[in-house]
Amino acid sequence: MSKFIEFENVSFAYRDEDEGTEHKVIENLSLAVDKGDFVCVLGHNGCGKSTTAKLCNAILLPQSGRVLVDGIDTRQEDKINDIRRKVGMVFQNPDNQIVATIVEDDVAFGPENLGVPAEEIRRRVDEALRQVEMYDFRLSEPHKLSGGQKQRVAIAGIIAMKPECIVLDEPTAMLDPRGRREVMKTVKMLNEEFGITVVFITHYMDEAVKAKRVIVMDEGKIILDGSPRKVFTQVDTLKKAGLDIPEATELAIQLAKDGVGIRKDVLDIDELFEGLVSLMEDKN
Amino acid sequence: MISDITIGQYYKENSVVHRLDPRNKIILTAVLMAMIFCCKNFLSLAVVSAVILVSIIFSKVPLKMFLKSLKSIIPIILFTALLNLFYIKGGREWSLWFLTVTEKGIYTAVFMAFRIILLIVSSSLLTYTTVPTMLTDAIERLLSPLKVFHISVHSLAMMMTLALRFIPTLIEEIERITNAQKARGADFENGSLIDRIKSLIPVLVPLFVSSFKRAYDLAFAMSCRCYTGGEGRTRMKQTSFGIKDFAADLFFAAGFAGIILLNKYFGALI
Repeated sequence: MSKFIEFENVSFAYRDEDEGTEHKVIENLSLAVDKGDFVCVLGHNGCGKSTTAKLCNAILLPQSGRVLVDGIDTRQEDKINDIRRKVGMVFQNPDNQIVATIVEDDVAFGPENLGVPAEEIRRRVDEALRQVEMYDFRLSEPHKLSGGQKQRVAIAGIIAMKPECIVLDEPTAMLDPRGRREVMKTVKMLNEEFGITVVFITHYMDEAVKAKRVIVMDEGKIILDGSPRKVFTQVDTLKKAGLDIPEATELAIQLAKDGVGIRKDVLDIDELFEGLVSLMEDKN
Repeated sequence: MISDITIGQYYKENSVVHRLDPRNKIILTAVLMAMIFCCKNFLSLAVVSAVILVSIIFSKVPLKMFLKSLKSIIPIILFTALLNLFYIKGGREWSLWFLTVTEKGIYTAVFMAFRIILLIVSSSLLTYTTVPTMLTDAIERLLSPLKVFHISVHSLAMMMTLALRFIPTLIEEIERITNAQKARGADFENGSLIDRIKSLIPVLVPLFVSSFKRAYDLAFAMSCRCYTGGEGRTRMKQTSFGIKDFAADLFFAAGFAGIILLNKYFGALI
């Protein structure tokens, strides 16, 4: 698989102009995201995960090292719109990223900026709204939608630009459980059916479980990187980084500790259930 | 009521008037206003009324919607009418106690009241049949010649659109902050006027701060979607000047011609 986003020894610090102090957020970070991958970035508040997201499409530029998007250095100012077209971004607050007063107008905003001809925009907007299952709401006003629906409109606005990668910066943080499920389902579908590379930033473990690859960050560094199954069994490291592990995994680990012969790397309730059932069948 | 604020007064319907080019509608509304001001006697006023009535019938917007829009300006109409009634002198006179009313005064009062009503109805017709975003779009296009003077018409139109978009969001925010302050014991209902204005400060300050945060986020989100200003932008919704626009223009031109003729042959009332 080819690499799509590459961080090479990236460091980034926020400067406080008034006090003249520097607050280092990311230190010497190297990371590569493959084309078509589904990467979840986990970490507690202030660990640098949002900054990492913003470095992906040249909103922020690295102070040392470099970020390559599909081979283009994000510091090349004349290529900035190419980069942003390739890497779309969805933010936390759905209200603050919707531009228009009608859903379909908002989805059209990106392609309009790219100078796409009118009929082609119409086609893309309809397609994008169908993909996120918001086509029936195309003439609604955004403020009348639920959080999950708004966030899906925001995602449609990005996919109408035909990106190769979507970076979602805690898109579910302000949503209720139902909205979170809707968004996760949509993102997973985009990854599986349309091959869009996904970088999903979150602090919900149950969402990270659904990714192909999980990266755990702490104080600007990557501390764990691998498949969800591999990452979530590293209980001590995760706890040290101020993170929980999925409830099902925690229960399995507790049971194993108490001498129940269940495998420790279960990720969700279904796997836990299967494990317990097979355990009982063995006993009988 | 709050949730309907972005749509303004838009009345959902799919009529010929709704489908007219919004640029044309703005211009025609301006023409209509000019027509109303050109009227010099009741006959020409009747012609404008007929033009407006025909437009309303074509727009399929129910008449009671227009009555609703008139309700809030009844005091203005009454005030203007009364002022004219007692101020204008001429013709026969009737006196009651210290008030004197003249024939010309009555005519003028009725005429003026009618004129204001027509003005309001014709501007309501524009807002009932056009979505605010279409209006800002049309304004952008109509003002585009101003680019010659280095006025960024696109930015102005974008600001109007964003302002419309954020009105409901900010109203929700105000409600949230007010409730939060009430929960902390703030009193918005009692006290003198000055006290009540003062009690708004703890609402306005957080509102301002959060608006700046929103503006910042929005700017990020917009630049992520490759927004770089008006240059090289296309539009999904193309408006085109069609036969129906031409027909509407002709109809209004005929009305205008009628008014000028009637003014000329039947003399001026005022």
